[in-house]
Amino acid sequence: MSEGRIRALFLGDPQAARVVPPSGFTAQLTLFVSGAMAFLAVFALALSLASGRLATRWAEELARSATLRINAPADQRAAQTEAALTILRQTPGVARARALSVEEQTALLAPWFGSDLALDDLPVPQLIEVIEGEPGYDAAGMRLRLAAEVPGAVLDDHTRWRRPLVDAATSLRRLGWVSVLLIGGATAAMITLAANAALSANAQVIEVLRLVGARDRYIAQAFVRRFTLRALIGASVGVAFGLAGVLLLPEASDEGGFLTGLGFQGGSWLLPLLIPVMGALVAFVATWAAAHRTLKGLI
Amino acid sequence: MIELENVGYSYGGGELLSDVSVQLVAGSFYFLTGPSGAGKTTLMKLCYGALQPTTGRVKAFDGDLRDLDRDQMAMLRRRIGVVHQDCRFLDHLPVADNIALPLTVSGRDMAQENANLEELMQWVGLSARAHALPPQLSGGERQRAALARAVIMSPDVILADEPTGNVDWEMSQRLLQLLIELNKMGKTVLIASHDLALIRAAKSQVQARVLRISDGRLHLAGADL
Repeated sequence: MSEGRIRALFLGDPQAARVVPPSGFTAQLTLFVSGAMAFLAVFALALSLASGRLATRWAEELARSATLRINAPADQRAAQTEAALTILRQTPGVARARALSVEEQTALLAPWFGSDLALDDLPVPQLIEVIEGEPGYDAAGMRLRLAAEVPGAVLDDHTRWRRPLVDAATSLRRLGWVSVLLIGGATAAMITLAANAALSANAQVIEVLRLVGARDRYIAQAFVRRFTLRALIGASVGVAFGLAGVLLLPEASDEGGFLTGLGFQGGSWLLPLLIPVMGALVAFVATWAAAHRTLKGLI
Repeated sequence: MIELENVGYSYGGGELLSDVSVQLVAGSFYFLTGPSGAGKTTLMKLCYGALQPTTGRVKAFDGDLRDLDRDQMAMLRRRIGVVHQDCRFLDHLPVADNIALPLTVSGRDMAQENANLEELMQWVGLSARAHALPPQLSGGERQRAALARAVIMSPDVILADEPTGNVDWEMSQRLLQLLIELNKMGKTVLIASHDLALIRAAKSQVQARVLRISDGRLHLAGADL
């Protein structure tokens, strides 16, 4: 369809819009569906963007850190810890390494054993936090050296549990985008149904218009323009409510974990503004197709 | 102008029209008569492409209607004014807008056409009813409005299907006078009617040919009319 035709559909003869009776349940249906779907689309978009940020952050944070566990008898633990720290300091790509204090290890175990745990009574391994530099260290090489010099050391570079977490966040982001697409598809389906209902309800009007010499384009224009504007208005209201809902969500916090921080940041606040435009575009295409299908069935 | 060549039309397994051939000559006045259900409305619909013949072909302005695409068919209908028995208005639009509908859909500048519209409404005697809605009109007013809508594009042919079917004798005479006036302006007029009194009244004022449909065939009616 040419640009001129599209412009004519929106700005063309306003009389064309008048030839179709203005009322009917399809008007309310289109407004409601567009509004509700836009509202949901805002949240799906927010979920997708937040999941994307989480995936990136987790991947970055976990990729930079590792844990060295010293599983040694109590009398050798300090010596092996010191030996491991020496190796780590000498290893290129390790920015820093430090042994966790008793208090820190107690705090880590507190969720399971309570805060008054006497660590000396348990065969708890010593943990060493390793922060990776740029570029990173050679994990395989480090494991070999540790195996030779610190037999009780086990290097955990978090890969085992980092990958599923990042995968989960990436899947969640993908799910968000699929939801946006499904919402778009559902909107198109509902508007097509509404447009078909409007076309059927106005069969007599269409017949009269054809009898007096109206072209298909003119008749379609009356319906397309109306449904497109309704979708635009409905989606704008839905987006406004959706953004208000997102603003009311709690800020990202460590205590809230994954359930907080579902929102937009910086320039991404502008993205929801595209939803009404996309909604109008979906309505335009859906109504245009429905109108042409119906009109082609008439002589 | 409009020509039907060996046209047949079947509907629901039955043959409504069979081997119908007729040529509507420019500037002529025709009556199409026959009993109810004989196929008068069907024949009219065939003339303006609202129905496709089962056999034979319909030509309008030297073109076969089967060869027209949808846009060309719309253009053809702007050259043929049709008055339906049930008028077929858009009930949510005022009478003036209904009459102006062919101008509107053809994209004419209404500011320039307003004078013509007013003149036409005056001609059919509906100036005072311009802002009324179609359901508020009497039977005669509706028929006159339908006639005004049919002629507003100054078509070459006017097809009127039982235009006096729902009006009293006085109003039917008035409508007939309007159609005779149009014929005198050079328009081809075809009126489908089973009202023999109306046909006789017309024949005393205008040279009209009377076509009769019976048993699915079209005949030129004799002097008995």
